[in-house]
Amino acid sequence: MLWWPTRRGLDMKMELIQPFINAADAVLADGLKGPISIASLTMEEEAYRRKGVAALVWVTGDIEGRMVIDLDSETAVRVASQFAGEELPSSDILVKETVCELANQVVGNAITSLNDEGFHFRAHPPVLHTAELGSKGTEDTEALVICLETGSGDVYMNIALRYKQDLAQPRAAGPERGLA
Amino acid sequence: MEQFAAVRRSKDGQPVRYLIVDDSVFARKNLARMIESFGGQVAGEAGDGMTAIAEYEKTKPDIVLMDITMPQMEGIEAAEKIVKQHPEARVVMVSSVGYQENIVAALQRGARHFVQKPVKPEVLYEVIKYVLGDDAVVANAAGA
Repeated sequence: MLWWPTRRGLDMKMELIQPFINAADAVLADGLKGPISIASLTMEEEAYRRKGVAALVWVTGDIEGRMVIDLDSETAVRVASQFAGEELPSSDILVKETVCELANQVVGNAITSLNDEGFHFRAHPPVLHTAELGSKGTEDTEALVICLETGSGDVYMNIALRYKQDLAQPRAAGPERGLA
Repeated sequence: MEQFAAVRRSKDGQPVRYLIVDDSVFARKNLARMIESFGGQVAGEAGDGMTAIAEYEKTKPDIVLMDITMPQMEGIEAAEKIVKQHPEARVVMVSSVGYQENIVAALQRGARHFVQKPVKPEVLYEVIKYVLGDDAVVANAAGA
C-alpha cells in the first residue's frame, strides 16, 4: 500500500484521497506487473493543464468532485500496451480506451473502500478529457496532483473532491482519521 | 495469458457461450481473451444495458458478463430485466465498484455472482465453473 505523510496544506480530507492512491497502486501494479511509487504530491495552484491522454470521472453523492488520470502520449501507449498484452500503435483507439478503463477501475476501487467506510456516492462513466485546460481547484474542492512512478512512465492523478455541503460540518468536527 | 482446462457445456460438449457487456472496448477485449483461455466462445458484445437486453434475446448465451456503470442503462437494471424475462439466465456482474451494498443489490435483482475489476483470470474461471454448476464439464489436460 502506498502512503504519503500528511504535511501542512495537505492534511485536510486525506481520508478521501488515500483510497484513490491505494486503488491506483493496486490497479497499476496489477496491470503493469511492477512496483509503483509516489514521485510527488502537490496542491494544484493553477488551472489543470492536460499532459497527454486524459480520462475524467465525475463522482456524486456524499462526496462530489472529479478525478482525472493523465499520461503523456508515449507513456499512454506503453501503459495501454502492457494492459492489452500486445504492442499498440499510438494511433490506436484502444490507447484512449485503456486510459478511460484505468480511471474507471481506480475510481471504482476507491469508491468501494469509501462506501464500506460509510460514504455513499457513485461514479459516472469515464469520459476522455480533451480540453487543454481544466477548471481550477478551490479551497473547497482541494485539487491534488499525485504523480505515480511506474516502469512504463509517470501516471498523474488529479483529484478534486469535497464533502457535500450538508455533510461538511459534522465531518470537519470529527476526529482526524489515520491514513494507512 | 495462462491457459485453463476448457469448460464446456455438459449437455452437448460445446464451448460455453458468453455475452460480454461493458462500455469499455478495452474491458470487452480483455474479457474476450480470458474467455478464449477458458475454451469459451464470445456469442455477442454490448456497450450498454439496453443493447445487452437485445443481444441476449438474439444470442441466448450461457453466461452474461455484465459491467455496472454504463451509459443509458446500468448493468444492475439490465440484469434484472434479462432475468425477469429469462429466469434461467446466468448473469455475473463484473465491475470495479464492489462495495457490499452494490453487490447485494445486484444479487437481489437476479445476478448470480460478482467479480471485481481488475479481473483476475483465475478468479473469473472459478466463478464461471461455480455459476454453471452441473451444466458444465471441465475437459481434462488432454482436451477430452
